[in-house]
Amino acid sequence: MFDDFFIRALVAGIGVALVTGPLGCFVVWRRLSYFGDTLAHSALLGVTMAYTLDLNIAISVFLISSIIALLLIQLQKRTNLPGDALLGLLAHSSLAVGLVVIGFLTFIRFDIMGLLFGDILAVTTDDLFVIWTGGALILIVLKLIWKPLLASTVNYELAEAEGLNPDRAKAIFTILMAAVIAISIKMVGLLLITGMLIIPAAMARNISDSPQKMVLFSIIGGLLSVILGLYSSLEFNTSSGPSIIAAALILFILSLFKIKQSIKLKN
Amino acid sequence: MNSNNNILVKLNNAGFRQSEKWLVEGVSLTVEKGKIVTLIGPNGSGKSTTAKIALGIYKNIEGSVEKYTTKVGYVPQKISIDWTLPIRVYDFMLLTETIEDSAIDEALSLTGVIHLKNKNLGSLSGGEFQRVLIARAISKKPELLVLDEPVQGVDYTGEIALYELIKKISDTLNCGILLISHDLHMVMTATDHVVCLNGHVCCSGSPLDVAKNNEYKALFGEKASQILTTYEHKHDHVHSDEGEIKKN
Repeated sequence: MFDDFFIRALVAGIGVALVTGPLGCFVVWRRLSYFGDTLAHSALLGVTMAYTLDLNIAISVFLISSIIALLLIQLQKRTNLPGDALLGLLAHSSLAVGLVVIGFLTFIRFDIMGLLFGDILAVTTDDLFVIWTGGALILIVLKLIWKPLLASTVNYELAEAEGLNPDRAKAIFTILMAAVIAISIKMVGLLLITGMLIIPAAMARNISDSPQKMVLFSIIGGLLSVILGLYSSLEFNTSSGPSIIAAALILFILSLFKIKQSIKLKN
Repeated sequence: MNSNNNILVKLNNAGFRQSEKWLVEGVSLTVEKGKIVTLIGPNGSGKSTTAKIALGIYKNIEGSVEKYTTKVGYVPQKISIDWTLPIRVYDFMLLTETIEDSAIDEALSLTGVIHLKNKNLGSLSGGEFQRVLIARAISKKPELLVLDEPVQGVDYTGEIALYELIKKISDTLNCGILLISHDLHMVMTATDHVVCLNGHVCCSGSPLDVAKNNEYKALFGEKASQILTTYEHKHDHVHSDEGEIKKN
C-alpha cells in the first residue's frame, strides 16, 4: 500500500504530527521557538553531511543538530553575548556553511527547494520507518520526562526543591528537539519545521484550559494540517511544507473565534 | 535533643556566594521531625537563600548540607508563572507528585480554597494563590516542609487560621518545618527554634533566648524584643496557676 507516493507522504505526515504536537506545546511554553529555528537551520549541514558520507539523512541531521545545541550551551556559558544573538549567530552561520558546502558538491544534484520547503515526492519507505520508530521513541522519552519537564516549566525551583531533577529533563528535551527536526525535515522542510511545532500548539492554547488538553488539541491540529495541507499540495502542485503550514494557520485563525466567544461569555 | 534518626536536614557552616558577593555564610541549623525552625531577619539577610540551600536548589555552596528525606513540600517566596501554559488549580496540585483526588480535596479544604479547584491558576488573587501553594505543599504529606513567608497577601483572619493549620500539620504529620516568617506572634507561640539571620547567624535558640539576645535587640529594636518576652510572661503565668514551674 506504500507504493503510492501520496499515501507514503500522508503516513509520514501523520507520524510527524503526532510528535510535533506535544513537543510544540513545550516549545511554546518554554519560549524555545527561536531555538527550534536555529536547530532547523543547522539541519542543512546535516543533509550535506548525509550526502557526502552516504548516511541516512535523519540520523545525520540529528547528529549535527545535537552538536549545535551543545555548542550553544557552551557559548552561553563562556561568552557574555545574549541568548538571541548566539542563536542568530549559529542559525545563520550553519545555514551559510551548509549552502557553501552544497556549492562544492557539484557531483550531486540538490533539490534546494525541497530541502527548504519539504517535498512529498521525496518520502521513501525507509523514511517512513525512520519517522515512525524515531517518533515512537521520542514520545516514549517525552512521556518519561513529562512530570519534571512540566513542573520545571511552571517553576524551576519548585521542581528542583521537590527532587525532580529539572536540569536532566531540560537536557533530554534538547535532544528530543534535535530528533523531531531530523524526522520532519523531508516533509516540512527546514525553514518551516518551527511553524509545524508552534502553530498547532498556539492554536491549541486558544481552546485549552489544561496542559493535557493543549497537547491533545495540538496533536489534532497538527494531524488536520497535514491531511489538509497534503491534499491541497497534490491538488495545486505546491510544496508540501508551505501547504501544511498554511493549513495550520487557517486552523489557528479559526481558534481565535473561540477566544472571542469565551470572552463574550465571561462578560 | 532527639536522637539523630529524627534529623531531616542539617546545614553545617553553609553559605552561598553569587558573583563574589556572599548572600549568606556560616549557617548551621538542624530541622527535626515534628519541630518548627523559624528564620527571622531583615530584608536581604539571607533567609530565602538559607531555605534554598537547605532544599538543594543552590548547588555550589560553601560548607555542607545533609538531607535525610526526599519527601519535601516547598512554598517559595516568589513564584512567577508564565501564563502561556494553561493550568488549573487541580493540575497544579499534581505538579510534582501524583496524589489521590481525596488528598487534593482535603488539602484544598484545609486552606479554604476547595471552590477554586477547577479555576485557572492565572485567575486567582494573590491571597488565593498563596493558599493554593500551601495546599499543594501539604497535600503530598511531606516529611520536610519549607515555607518561605507562606501567608503573604492573605487577609488577617486567614493568616491566623493558616498559621494554626501549619502548627497542626507539624503535629499530625510529624513533619519538620523550616519557616520564614515576619509574624512574631507565630514565632513565639509555635516555634521550637529560632535562627536570627543578618548575612550570618547573629543568634539562635529558643524564642525567649533570642528575644533576650542583645544582637537581636540591635537588629529589630527594643520593641520587638518586648513583644516576644510579653508572650513568655503570659505563658509563665498560666503554668504557675497550675502550680507548675516550667521554663521553655
